[in-house]
Amino acid sequence: MSLDKDTVKKIAYLARIRVPDEALAGLAGELSNIIGWVEQLAEVDTDGVEPMTSVADMSWPRRDDKVTDGGKPEDVLLNAPQPENTPDGGFYTVPKVLE
Amino acid sequence: MSAATDLTALSIADAAKGLDGSDFSAEELTQAHINAMEQARDLNAFITETPELALERARASDKRRAKGEAVGALDGIPIAIKDLFCTKDVLTTAGSHILDGFKPPYESTVSANLKAAGAVMLGKTNLDEFAMGSSNMSSYYGPVKNPWRGKDGKDLVPGGSSGGSAAAVAARLCLGATGTDTGGSIRQPAAFSGLVGMKPTYGRCSRWGIVAFASSLDQAGPLTRSVEDAAIMLGGMAGYDAKDSTSAQMETPDFTSGLGDGVKGLKVGIPKEYTMDGMAPEIQALWDQGVQWLKDAGAACIDVSLPNTKYALPTYYIVAPAEASSNLARYDGVRYGLRVEGETLDGMYEATRGEGFGEEVTRRVLIGTYVLSAGYYDAYYIKAQQVRTLIAEDFRKAFDEVDVLLTPTAPSAAFAIGDKMDDPVAMYLNDVFTVPASLAGLPAISVPAGLDGDGLPLGLHLIAKPFDEVTLFRAASALESAAKFEAAP
Amino acid sequence: MTYLISGESGDWEVVIGLEIHAQIISQSKLFSGSATGFGAGPNTQVSLVDAAMPGMLPVVNGYCVAQAVKTGLGLKAQINKHSVFERKNYFYADLPQGYQISQYAEPIVGEGTVVLDMPDGGTRSIGIERLHMEQDAGKSMHDQDPKRTFIDLNRSGVALMEIVSKPDLRSPEEAGLYLRKVRSILRYLGTCDGNMEEGSMRADVNVSVRPFGSDELRTRTETKNVNSVRFVMQAIEAEARRQVEAYDDGEEIVQETRLFDADKNQTRPMRAKEFAHDYRYFPDPDLLPLVLSDAEIDAIAQELPELPDDRKDRFIADFSLSAYDAGVLVAERETAEYFEKAALGHDAKLAANWVTGNLFGALNKAGLGISESPVTAEALGALLGLIGNDTISGRIAKDVFDEMVETGKGAAEIVADKGLEQITDTGEIEAEIDKIIAANPDQVNDFQGGNEKAIGWFVGQVMKVTGGKANPKVVNELLRKKLG
Repeated sequence: MSLDKDTVKKIAYLARIRVPDEALAGLAGELSNIIGWVEQLAEVDTDGVEPMTSVADMSWPRRDDKVTDGGKPEDVLLNAPQPENTPDGGFYTVPKVLE
Repeated sequence: MSAATDLTALSIADAAKGLDGSDFSAEELTQAHINAMEQARDLNAFITETPELALERARASDKRRAKGEAVGALDGIPIAIKDLFCTKDVLTTAGSHILDGFKPPYESTVSANLKAAGAVMLGKTNLDEFAMGSSNMSSYYGPVKNPWRGKDGKDLVPGGSSGGSAAAVAARLCLGATGTDTGGSIRQPAAFSGLVGMKPTYGRCSRWGIVAFASSLDQAGPLTRSVEDAAIMLGGMAGYDAKDSTSAQMETPDFTSGLGDGVKGLKVGIPKEYTMDGMAPEIQALWDQGVQWLKDAGAACIDVSLPNTKYALPTYYIVAPAEASSNLARYDGVRYGLRVEGETLDGMYEATRGEGFGEEVTRRVLIGTYVLSAGYYDAYYIKAQQVRTLIAEDFRKAFDEVDVLLTPTAPSAAFAIGDKMDDPVAMYLNDVFTVPASLAGLPAISVPAGLDGDGLPLGLHLIAKPFDEVTLFRAASALESAAKFEAAP
Repeated sequence: MTYLISGESGDWEVVIGLEIHAQIISQSKLFSGSATGFGAGPNTQVSLVDAAMPGMLPVVNGYCVAQAVKTGLGLKAQINKHSVFERKNYFYADLPQGYQISQYAEPIVGEGTVVLDMPDGGTRSIGIERLHMEQDAGKSMHDQDPKRTFIDLNRSGVALMEIVSKPDLRSPEEAGLYLRKVRSILRYLGTCDGNMEEGSMRADVNVSVRPFGSDELRTRTETKNVNSVRFVMQAIEAEARRQVEAYDDGEEIVQETRLFDADKNQTRPMRAKEFAHDYRYFPDPDLLPLVLSDAEIDAIAQELPELPDDRKDRFIADFSLSAYDAGVLVAERETAEYFEKAALGHDAKLAANWVTGNLFGALNKAGLGISESPVTAEALGALLGLIGNDTISGRIAKDVFDEMVETGKGAAEIVADKGLEQITDTGEIEAEIDKIIAANPDQVNDFQGGNEKAIGWFVGQVMKVTGGKANPKVVNELLRKKLG
């Protein structure tokens, strides 16, 4: 399967990565090569084979229902980019979203 | 040779003896490495140096030792930490622009374990961006130079992704360094730099606090100059961690316990599928030599078959990017790191991630997004996870017959900086021998075993059963003794 | 009665399915140890896991899993012993990981049934498609600043159950009954407080319409995050009507997510997230599959409380209540428990009347819930006791009850203070009757002339002079004897 520019544009949007239009063609070529190469898996007979969900053969660990964390908004907000955009109230901010 | 240079030439084991015998202090040992680190900045091995923090910890170690309270073989040992491990209040970049200025308010479990064992962190080492690469050329902070040079004097890559760690240990800037290995990111740079590089069983080291690349594959491990050092250092890194659901709830054994036992009677599997078309004759020759060494030491070498080996790399290049595409979604400019403003929320996301991620990361995130997207999920992702089951099954069957497997580590020695950049798939082939064990979660180690025609180091690779690191180190130690690799950059 | 919307082209039937998001009652979040309480300061209940800091990993809260299993059992549903957490990938301001950990291909609970009590006294079974666990997102605040949206992650990672019905509902009323019934079951189980005002329960409403009599399934829309029973009903009506009008105008319905505007009583398409969704689900590699043993499931089953349907059956059988009264009493766990406590040792039917009549009336007037009732179940029981042993009449009891509501005093105390005990001393009542007969010959003649109803006038007179305290039965008997 080869990926065309539109497909690359679509998946770049799904991944929210801006790709300049002039870079689309080159990227489409590279990604097509990679996808073409991994498609050799098609020749493996996997009928009835369970997909691996966990490489570790162990049972799921469970936490007790106790409050052991939180209560440190200063740590949470410490690295917020452009702190001038983080108002005193202790929120993160993003460009205005219209619902 | 000055005393300071002498100190940087020690193994961890010998340095620990020297500290115990008061031949030198941890502060002296640390200072010697700080000096070396500062003089070797040309290698670009470190993204962040933390000399003051190191001296502080070294002095604390000296105080413990003076009071007879030293906590073990790593107390006072200067090491470097790959900049993929979050370190409290110390810049953590993952080699990416997108983590600009990020100082975590927390310490990764592995680096915290090492700290608790008394190890002294000298700084954070360079790496491929988000550990994606085999050359260290994808780092936002620039490529790392291998301290080894070819005959033509060209600058070589140290391998990747743990390239800064490999260069730092090889250049005697630290006694050991942490790496992480997703498809070969410890073992391949170890082979390129004449070092021992070890990836433990998936679940042996906690992933908590390590910037995630591919969660089902990522494992931390040591890069050192001897097998014994690797065993000592892994002992300081490993252990069950309730904060990582995939952490193995088992006791950590003494990884050094089998080092002197030899390999008499050990069954070593030689997987025929690892003979690749077009493989360099000197790689094949070294591998044959390795078989002979182990036979001479009393091991039984047995041909085994791992029929799905050739599918491991394409499987890996579906699974790892798929997981990465999701793991890297959190770098969105909202809570930490780089933010490039936009008019809308999506505009901000796209600008931040477009500017923040380098080419290789972008490529892999897009591949991962594609293989998970509607209509392709079954054909790519599910298919790859099925093949992964078959690959793990191959290993299980082989390990019914043998104790360890011997293969080459990498298909070539270190190559020049800038090579293979125009062909991602050619670059991916660097990991052809290391990826299968990663997919199956198995412990594996690269041991420096010889030099190629250009005088560059080559490694041999051993793979063991899950959680049988003791046998892995035992076989590696025998290989090390036989190979007598003493060359230095 | 079939609910139909009449359009220009004929009658249309409405096909409704509900996805209920119910917050699991737990101290800490689904994958982190931070607290879940409502109303805390911004970002104060956020762990580094909830904020998706690099390298942070989820660990499952075992209690939340048990709560989900318990809910599945309460919905008479299949419990899946093997289920898988997956990542639902999308970008949004209040989704810090860039994915929501949810369950997709393998949910923890499969098909089940909820029985609705219909107003006509009958029942109707609504199918449950599945129940899965997932983590909540944070909260976006759009109205705090002209240019920016503020993000609070306190809710980020709170455990939710998504309960998905089959498209079995056919009217806003049914949808309302279904939502109330599920809420009642969750409250009985103690797995969700059902508090829609605080957002611990909300519903996504899937609506499509089809010409009456057809069994086709047309394009449906999903109206998101509707946060009260009334709004769910209104949203269905508004959306169904919109769809019928669109079809009548020859337009097509687009599959999309919409929002309900209660002020305008209409739905509108969501502006954000209007791109085609591609959630790229895959199993979360940070978590292992959830594997449950029979023993674990059995242990949870042992803890199940009596559920509303069973309790209703018991009330009908044991207390001879009508299906309607029993249904009303069991709808809320607190009401049922109040009733049982109040009725203990007394006439259950009388108790049912008092709870659904006087008590509900008083609570409604005061805007209080039953758990805040100024008259406790024990206090009401005491009042019922005084009626039962003829200490006071039913009429006086109403006054006493009002006084109890107002002052919080006990019934016995009020009766004693005000001297409200019934007069059963026939001598005292006889004396009063004699006086009244002597003073009112016209009424006596009227009664004796055959006007039976005139006896009521005499009773009234007696009650008047005794301040209502005379035992009405004794008064009647004596009047008939003397007038007869």
